[in-house]
Amino acid sequence: MSTTYNPNDPYAGSRETTEGRVYTVTGGDWDLTLGADPHGEERLVVNMGPQHPSTHGVLRLVLDLEGETVTKARVVIGYLHTGIEKNTEYRNWVQGTTFVTRMDYLAPLFNEAGYCMAVEKLLGVQIPQRAATIRVLVMELNRIASHLVALATFGMEMGALTGMTNGFREREMVLDLLEEITGLRMNHAYIRPGGLAQDLPEGAVEHIREFLEVMPKRVADFHRLLTGQPIWQNRLKDAGYLDLTGCVALGVTGPILRATGLAWDLRKVEPYLGYETYDFEVPTADTCDAWGRYLVRMAEVNESLKLIAQALDRLEPGPVMVEDKKIAWPAQLSLGPDGMGNSLDHVRHIMGQSMEALIHHFKLVTEGFRVPAGQVYVPIESPRGELGYHVVSDGSTRPWRVHVRDPSFVNLQATAVMSEGGMIADVIAAIASIDPVMGGVDR
Amino acid sequence: MSNDGGAVVPGREEAGYDASTAPSGGFRKGAFGVSGSGDTSGFGGLVRVEPGGAVALHSTERPYGGYFDEVTDALIEAVGEATYAAAVSRVLVDRGEITYFVAREHLLTLVQALRDDEALRFELCSSVSGVDYLDSGGPAVDPGRPRLHVVYHLTSMTYRRRVRLEVAVTAEDPHVPSVTGIYPTADWHERETWDMFGIVFDGHPALTRILMPDDWDGFPQRKDYPLGGIPVEYHDATIPPPDTRRAYR
Repeated sequence: MSTTYNPNDPYAGSRETTEGRVYTVTGGDWDLTLGADPHGEERLVVNMGPQHPSTHGVLRLVLDLEGETVTKARVVIGYLHTGIEKNTEYRNWVQGTTFVTRMDYLAPLFNEAGYCMAVEKLLGVQIPQRAATIRVLVMELNRIASHLVALATFGMEMGALTGMTNGFREREMVLDLLEEITGLRMNHAYIRPGGLAQDLPEGAVEHIREFLEVMPKRVADFHRLLTGQPIWQNRLKDAGYLDLTGCVALGVTGPILRATGLAWDLRKVEPYLGYETYDFEVPTADTCDAWGRYLVRMAEVNESLKLIAQALDRLEPGPVMVEDKKIAWPAQLSLGPDGMGNSLDHVRHIMGQSMEALIHHFKLVTEGFRVPAGQVYVPIESPRGELGYHVVSDGSTRPWRVHVRDPSFVNLQATAVMSEGGMIADVIAAIASIDPVMGGVDR
Repeated sequence: MSNDGGAVVPGREEAGYDASTAPSGGFRKGAFGVSGSGDTSGFGGLVRVEPGGAVALHSTERPYGGYFDEVTDALIEAVGEATYAAAVSRVLVDRGEITYFVAREHLLTLVQALRDDEALRFELCSSVSGVDYLDSGGPAVDPGRPRLHVVYHLTSMTYRRRVRLEVAVTAEDPHVPSVTGIYPTADWHERETWDMFGIVFDGHPALTRILMPDDWDGFPQRKDYPLGGIPVEYHDATIPPPDTRRAYR
């Protein structure tokens, strides 16, 4: 028995039987239901992500496709929203460091530095020279690690898997150094308002120098592996095009902006932590595409190596925390038999020798310090662009508001412009060249 | 360190902090930040005069110093003296940064001039975000004042300058014109500010939630929205969520 199409019930035909009404779903009524497409377009909506290995984290793309051409790209974010900005309002100023370091998890030290520089600007304190130099040192190490992940995931997403394994292998060297210096591979909480959690441990300088010996060879290997390779070039060239006007209109900064030919690097144009005294170049490219961004990142690794060498040369002995005992954390950290913690000397001092020191430690650790009321905006150059900290204080021991202008968040807006009108395969290249870190995008 | 926990403000001497220009203050009750926690120490009844609230209510007198005078003069020339006087209610120079407090009716005129005028050229809108000043400063501050502030950070790449614009609105009428027509980058910034603070940007092409789910109720970063969280039990001790925890203020 056949069922016929009933215009009043477009979804399923039905017939009466002795058992009651039976619906028959036949399919094939797509054109009848929606009306025939007069233009014969093959519009296909593809949902990519949020858990897709090529979307660089929990990022969701809704792509309108005609054949292989992308006609519309919509970006959906928020899957990694953790409310870090709100959380900082319920913790004291020092604890804020441990929160912000978890935002852009590939550039934790930049988050810490930006936040701490904002707090220091509100306090009006000047950090010691050694602390500033070590900050530059660890940030540039971090920049190399971050760019290596950018290149590794770039390789993975383009199908050059050896690029991925090499990138992560090289990054491991940097993470070992950061672990030695800060105690942790990621989420260091090493940079604190007023200085650093601890001085460089013994042997760290030698290990960094060894790394400086090895790394240039590894960068050259990377160039040999990828840069000259025709497949790599064909995949990247002209993919994800965005010129200078587009970048500025969309607020895009970092390697994407520098790949349009503008040498806009906050370390040069608005120097902080003494960057104006270092000798380094701002690499640029003029291709405005994924290829240019790849070259800029590769060149920046070399510039960071130069900066690290200079920072090591100018390390002078001295304090790494401000003198003001009402801001400075009372203890330096040290490695004890049960792991990293307050140095044993300090514990002995407050528990056995000085009650005032114990009271002071207790007050500063539980209550924290007060920061004069006001607001500041401190921008620094993270591996992904302008990382801005807008911090408001009402004069109490906790931030009133911490807003982070994360470069990934802003740069990701360019996805639609970079992908629409191109091939679907180039969407992957475009996003990989933006190098968004979703922890920073969603915060 | 003083034991009352309130009088000494570290870092102020270094900052060249001047109490006469300090923002108007308020009162804070208690020493522990939360009430009703069964505190029997007596410190819960403390009333302390606070040196400052989060909102500075004074205005800086000219000259502002640095490039700020040049920017202000160029801005006045670009929009006209009458418009400038109507648009900018206060100017605050603090810690080497300048803030223009702008009436929302004139925001777009000002922003357009800041971007396009040859002597200003603020090509880049670095950031748009919100701040909720609810209860900041205590009873000394007028309760009917607008509590939601939208903060714009503009950057001139040509002259390497930065300015901040601030627009204040009430929670009852949280409408601000959208600057997306002038700075396309403000798209996501404004969506986030709507999402977190419930500020409506009129003229935004698609003002939808961006970080929270589409069907979310409330605006999480407003000060009257609780942080949330559940008590955590560990080794027979129960730790309350952070916003109900007893903590020194």
